[in-house]
Formats: sequence, C-alpha cells, structure tokens
Amino acid sequence: MGLLSKKDLKLITDPLADNNPITIQVLGICSALAITAELKASIVMSVAVLFVMGLGNVVISLMRNIIPSKIRIIVQLIVVATLVIIVDLVLKAFAYELSKTLSVFVGLIITNCIIMGRFEAFALANGPWKSFLDGIGNALGYAVILVIVGFFRELLGSGTLLGIKVLGDPIEKTGVYAYGYENNGFMLLAPMALITVGIIIWVQRSRNEALIEDN
Amino acid sequence: MEHLELFFKAIFIDNMVFATFLGMCSYLAVSKKVTTAVGLGAAVIFVMAITVPLNWLLDQYILQEGALSWLGEEYAAYDLSFLSFIMFIATIATMVQLVEIIVEKFSPALYNSLGIFLPLIAVNCAILGGSLFMQSREIQSLGLAFNYGVSSGIGWFLAILAIAAIREKIRYSNVPAPLRGLGITFIITGLMAIGFMSFGGMLTGGDEEEAPEQTVQVEVTKEANDLANNEKEIIK
Repeated sequence: MGLLSKKDLKLITDPLADNNPITIQVLGICSALAITAELKASIVMSVAVLFVMGLGNVVISLMRNIIPSKIRIIVQLIVVATLVIIVDLVLKAFAYELSKTLSVFVGLIITNCIIMGRFEAFALANGPWKSFLDGIGNALGYAVILVIVGFFRELLGSGTLLGIKVLGDPIEKTGVYAYGYENNGFMLLAPMALITVGIIIWVQRSRNEALIEDN
Repeated sequence: MEHLELFFKAIFIDNMVFATFLGMCSYLAVSKKVTTAVGLGAAVIFVMAITVPLNWLLDQYILQEGALSWLGEEYAAYDLSFLSFIMFIATIATMVQLVEIIVEKFSPALYNSLGIFLPLIAVNCAILGGSLFMQSREIQSLGLAFNYGVSSGIGWFLAILAIAAIREKIRYSNVPAPLRGLGITFIITGLMAIGFMSFGGMLTGGDEEEAPEQTVQVEVTKEANDLANNEKEIIK
C-alpha cells in the first residue's frame, strides 16, 4: 500500500464499521430502505452512490475556496444533480429494467443526506485526494449495509439471490421447499427493511459497546 | 371526490415515511422532542404546499415532452424531462431560501419557531420526492398538485409527531442497551409502517388488496411505455 498512507487508509476503513454512515451517522436512510427488496438493485444503487460521492467530493473540494458560504447549499445541490442526471441516463441506456425498479430513487440520490453531509463535513475543509478517499469510504460503508439488507430480504423473501434460485423452486417443491419451507413474502414489504436495519444496528452495537447511546 | 381521494391516499396509503421512506434522515434526527418535531413538520407542509404546485407548472410547461409547444410549432418536439432533477432541486432550494427571507421579514415569531428547520428542508428527501412522485404519477391539474403537496406534507407531519411522542415515552422504558436510541426507533417505525399498511384497503372498500408496491409498478410500466415509444420514434 505505497499509494495510501495510514491516515488515508483510515479514511476508507473507518466508515465501513465504527463510523458507518447509515447505522452510526444516521445519514442516507431514505434510499437505503426503499430499494433493498432485491440484491441486484442494492448493488446498482451502491455503485451509483459510489460514483456520485467520489466525484462530487472531488468537485466540491476543488471549488471549496471559491464557493460563497451563503449559497453553498445550492451549489452543492447543482453539482450532485448534474452527477445524478449522468447516472440516471446511463442506467436508462444500459440497464433499463433496473432503472424501472429503482424509479424515483435514483433522483433521490440528490437529497441523499450522506452526500450533502460529507460535502459539508469533509469536502469543504479538505483537499481533493483526501475528499475522494472519504467519499469512497463512506459510499462503501453505505454499500455494506445495503448489500446486507438486500441479501437477507431477497433470500428470505423470494428464495433467490441476484435472481438465481438458491433455495430451490417453490412451485415444483425442490431444494428446501421439499421439506415444507415457505417464502416469507413479508420480507419484501416496506416495513421489514426498517426492522432489518434495526437488527443490524442491534448486532453492531452489542459487539461494540462504545457505540451504545445513552438514550 | 377526486380531491378527497387523493388527500386520503397521500396521507394514509402512500404515507411519505411509512410507504416510501422519504425524509427518514430528518425524521430520525429531529424526533427526540414533540415540540421540535411539530416545528419541522409544519415547515415541511408549508414548503411542500409551495414547491409541488410550482414544480407541476415547470413540468407541464417546460420539461414534459411537447410542453414547449406554447412557444410555437417548432418547439413541440422538445423533451427536456432529463433536466427535471436539476430544475426541481433548484426550485426547491431557491424557494426555501425565499420563504426563509420572507418569513423572517414579516413574521419573526414564526421564523423563530421554523427558522432553524428551513435550511434543513432543502435537503429533505420528502420534498424532492413529493415533486418526483407528482411527476411520475401524472397528476392532472394544478389544484390536485397543490392538494398532493399539502396532504403528503400532512402525512409526514403525522408520522414525525407520532414517533416523537413515542420516543418521549420510551425514555422511561427499559430497552436493551444496544437497541437504545436509533435501533428501537427503527423497529418502532417498522411496526408503525405495518399498521399503516392496513389503510391499503381504505379506498377500494376492502374488495381487493392494493399494495403500494403494485401501484408503483403500474406507474413505472406506464413511464416505460412512454419511453419505449419515444425510442421508437427516434429510431424512425
């Protein structure tokens, strides 16, 4: 790792666990929950956020000395909106089916609080290289939670992963279905996303006592 | 009747928080006390009532395919809908700033109670989401758009009020330590969302189940057809 000093590496690894944007910083929940019924959608969403955050952080950090602080929110929104339009058009061109399942949630990356939060908290005060790493790190932290939630919801809800039947065929009763297993359709509905994230938080905080809130 | 249906649908069935998870960030961050929650909720209703109709006008007369035909025949073929994200968010950000200035000037009391929340609102997903859903659900008239803005705002207000009240009470309960704070809030919201799902049968009279997912799917396919048609025309 000659390219990354220890400090730089910390920028990437910190948000993966102990400073996770979703479970600890409580940012970017909106889109995280709505599109996680399938693993594939979660992965695409994570890649989109990774692209927007990495690039957006660099752009904002390059402009940090010329943005007047009074209108900085509008400037930030315009930068994100431009990047999101690129993502949206690319998705519509190359993955049309997916862009339908994601529907308005691609647009909602604009108001994803992780992005605005990192702009405010990091990119406005640090150089482009560090901001880039911070963006990548936080987007990966976001991706980890999305993939975990998407994995469990798709596996338990429809018995598939990335569309491949892992648990056997529910209609022809093969695999575990032969032993009377049934898909839990409830996992596909909106409320279970919240409860799944709640359980992830529970597990994470019981492993690391320092993260427990005093109410 | 149409108005009433949209009103109840936006508040209960397609509730911003419980059905589409919009505005979760501020919902979780500002729901520790009922008074602040009421302030933020009121600000959201206010801003949505302004921005949704405004964005409806933008969508109808500038962004949609053929929307520019009022400028003359030669503009009828333009389709600027790919610009809608940037136009909507710019409208929202400027409106929020404007509202802040106006409220500060004319009603210092209201400003003091809403003031700190207004800048937060520019990046509240519920506001942008309201405009995007307004666009994808193809709301027919300005009146309905206004109605949709207000009622979605009320739905969000109800949600944050309810969770704030619960969180104030839950402080006295013995929640397992790792779940305290954020974790239990998530799980309670999930349970509340299950409760809100039961409103699904309200408009159909319970004859057929209308899951929110399904309606989204239908709208999406409608959009998809439109887009596919566009592509065909381009190929031609």
